[in-house]
Amino acid sequence: MESLILHRRSLLQLAATPSLSFLLPALNTRAAARRGFERPKSLIVLWMNGGMSQLESWDPHPRSPSGGETQEIHTTVPGLRIASTLPQMAEQMQHCLLIRSVTSKEGDHERGAAFVRSGYRPEPTLKYPTLGAVIVSELAAPNLEIPPYISVAPRLAVPEGGYLGNAWNAFRLHQPGKAVSNLNAPVPQIRQNRRLENLQLLSQNFTHAHPAAAQQTLHDDLTQKALRMMSSEQLNAFQLDDEPSPLKQAYGNTEFGRGCLVARRLVETGVRVVEVTLPGFDTHIANHQGQSSQCQILDPALSTLISDLRQRDLLQSTIVLCISEFGRTPAINPAGGRDHWPAWFSCLIAGGNFRKAAVIGQTPADIPSADPPLPTDPVTVPEICATILDQLGIDSSKELTTPVGRPIRLADAAPSTRLLQ
Amino acid sequence: MNLRQWLVLALLGLLLSAVVQISGHVDHSPPLPPPITPEQQLRQAVSQLDEWFTNHWQTAGITPAPETSDLAVFRRASLALFGSSPSLEDLRAFENDTQPDKLERWIQQMLRDPRFAGYFARRLARSLAGVEQGPFILFRRDRLTEWLEEQLLKDASWSTITRELIAAEGLWTDKPAANFITIARMENEDIDENKLAGRTVRTFLGQRIDCAQCHDHFFDPKWKQHHFEGLAAWFGHVHVTLGGVTDAATDNQPPREFRVADPGKDPEAARIVQPAVPFHPEWLPQHGSRRSRLAAWVTHPNNRRFERAIANRIWGLMFGRPFHEPVDDLPHPENQTHDPLDLLGQQFRKHGDRLSTLVRIIALSKPFRLGTPGSNDPAEQIRQSRLWAAFPLVRLRPEQVIGSLFQAGRIRSVDQNSHPLIRLMRLTFENDFIQDYGDAGEDELIPQAATISQMLLKMNGRFSQELGKVDLLTGPAQVLALSPDDSAIVENSFLMCLSRRPTPQEMLHFQKQLQQARKDGDKQREAVVEDLFWALFNTPEFAWNH
Repeated sequence: MESLILHRRSLLQLAATPSLSFLLPALNTRAAARRGFERPKSLIVLWMNGGMSQLESWDPHPRSPSGGETQEIHTTVPGLRIASTLPQMAEQMQHCLLIRSVTSKEGDHERGAAFVRSGYRPEPTLKYPTLGAVIVSELAAPNLEIPPYISVAPRLAVPEGGYLGNAWNAFRLHQPGKAVSNLNAPVPQIRQNRRLENLQLLSQNFTHAHPAAAQQTLHDDLTQKALRMMSSEQLNAFQLDDEPSPLKQAYGNTEFGRGCLVARRLVETGVRVVEVTLPGFDTHIANHQGQSSQCQILDPALSTLISDLRQRDLLQSTIVLCISEFGRTPAINPAGGRDHWPAWFSCLIAGGNFRKAAVIGQTPADIPSADPPLPTDPVTVPEICATILDQLGIDSSKELTTPVGRPIRLADAAPSTRLLQ
Repeated sequence: MNLRQWLVLALLGLLLSAVVQISGHVDHSPPLPPPITPEQQLRQAVSQLDEWFTNHWQTAGITPAPETSDLAVFRRASLALFGSSPSLEDLRAFENDTQPDKLERWIQQMLRDPRFAGYFARRLARSLAGVEQGPFILFRRDRLTEWLEEQLLKDASWSTITRELIAAEGLWTDKPAANFITIARMENEDIDENKLAGRTVRTFLGQRIDCAQCHDHFFDPKWKQHHFEGLAAWFGHVHVTLGGVTDAATDNQPPREFRVADPGKDPEAARIVQPAVPFHPEWLPQHGSRRSRLAAWVTHPNNRRFERAIANRIWGLMFGRPFHEPVDDLPHPENQTHDPLDLLGQQFRKHGDRLSTLVRIIALSKPFRLGTPGSNDPAEQIRQSRLWAAFPLVRLRPEQVIGSLFQAGRIRSVDQNSHPLIRLMRLTFENDFIQDYGDAGEDELIPQAATISQMLLKMNGRFSQELGKVDLLTGPAQVLALSPDDSAIVENSFLMCLSRRPTPQEMLHFQKQLQQARKDGDKQREAVVEDLFWALFNTPEFAWNH
């Protein structure tokens, strides 16, 4: 049976004719040879969608009014205890920085997510790019034939480029470990060649009639990139067939676990930012059960990701950020749930030059009666964003001009040395 | 007759209709639009607008692009008013219409078509309520959109619509305009007056004062923080009860006042802010609820901002690019000499504040009929486009891409008369496509570049595959089966996808492919037609308004 896939050799043959030169792919492919600090840095964001409860994960307060049913366990860091819902992560805490005092004022899902993802509070007249979009817009990846920013978020909206433009939107991966959607030509090679010849003729006529406009549309450029991606060997990064079964099992037989493993492979290939989403944290009802079941998915995936990156000498060049749009209330509501709580919540960072075996911030165990007090040593979201940019070699104070001429810095704070080693 | 016979009869009917469209005979097509009555005519207004542009181009020393073909203008109008390129059925009927005032009559007919009301309602709803989900239960986008659709179908006054939105009272299901208010309900169950103030000024007055919520506007010294606070205070009384949105006091409690807590000060000591307007307080009526008074001020006949804002938005929806960018950040009218927005605004006021007036004048104006930038010099092309001396090349929005793909995959118009299954399929395709392609969001008139994901979706995704397939009763199948010869196959395919005929070079290219395939059997010819449709779907000419 004739293969439906557009083979690289066929494409090269086809593109060898002068009229089809725009179809030629880049020649240099693999971008992952280097290791350790020498390697270009990447970011993996594990997005706990819906609002992860700090009390059922990184910041338990058992035996207190706000503690609920959650128990705590010791970790590899002396004196540090986390919730018993994360036993495997307890073994990895010596490689991580835990921040228990992230603060926000956005208690709505969309606004909270927009704030945490971008480091800027949402405004009605300006859509800020996510941190990932800023990173890929600032860091060139000339040898990368697959998108530099990938979101593993089935059924959820992808992180967007905001005022930078949707060219910096994340590329959505629907089913981690399975073939990427829309990458195979739906017809045999001979017909694909005819299609491309037809397209070439029609595009040429349009381009000749409107040279400036054609340049503006970047249509040929994007067609070239799309075709290059369709035939790229780097697509192997999306596949898990080569991975040993024990490792796949260690990540967990879940979509999120497979997403984390794909994230490692993508980073290894040279992708700069991957976001993997784990939904299901919006537990207004039966909070303990809901959070526990999601932590059961998170725990093997995150702990294996950290150890896997370490074993491959990739953790120094990869920052792993596990975060949510907000936390959940210290008080438990009559339905056994916890509601939205932006006043303080936790995030975990591993890799790069971020501190290890460290904890920042302390939160009250009591349920606040009125306005919540600030946790000790509060850390702001913009501070985290600026520090990550700094670690990726991006000047976070750099100003960009928005489409309406407003100067905006890449991050709304300065990098923070207290987060670093 | 049994079911089988009924089905055969229905198929024959559809085939007969397709034969009529494909062969170019339109005797059985929808009736032609009726003549324009003298009172409907807007020729003087169009002439004034054209004169302004002619003088503008002369002063700038620029030669406008030559006028484009009628079919190209028809495609633009269809994209703007229906969100899709025209069907072969409509193109044939339009081409064969030899009566006077053709374009004007067709625009009138399109404005009466429910497709226009439905499509424009969805566009306006974005400016009124953004694209966010909104508060659970309390916000019903579907009801708001349906209500807007009803208003557009009866050609209601935009001033009346605006007043109903700002001053809406009642349940959001029963009084759909109230959704303009409930979208601003926050987690703590209060209405966000600041959000409503910013939205009201952006949408209805075409200016962005949101910065002034926290400080005097940095870039526009005219807007002060107290202006914003004063405007927000008009929404201070509004609250949501079981009976819906109201400004009335409840439980014997006086209406709560709008308070502002200054930074660093005790929130308990927040100061009360009284409603105020930033200019022309004499436009405020003496009586009425706070919001009804604000609504009357916003829509006051002398408020140029109101008419200029909607003129700019309609211009943007017609061209894909507003006259002033961004669409909701217009310069102060006091600083503007008479420009096209004023000319359009005056006519809008003169003809009952109807959006249809704006659409008609713009569609008949010279800039709408000009070709895309035609100079050989790229810099000159850009200049022509900026000065509206050529139709700007604008990328189709996501809903226009799928709308055009779906329409190009059928011979007949996909409208309210289509089979319910076709309409359902259209809706499903649109939703699924936009989810994969990406939504343009609230600021849909801001130009956005294409992405690789979008290119891959169009090239290899199921949408172009299914709509371009030679299959039972699909457009490509009908074109192949019913076109009298190869040249007709190529011509019909081009008309369905690009609303134009092929050039001689293109005709020769595809005719050759069809002839070569003839000797290899029907399946090969089907493949040639499918490959032709695929290329037409993926050409930049399909993806851009031009």
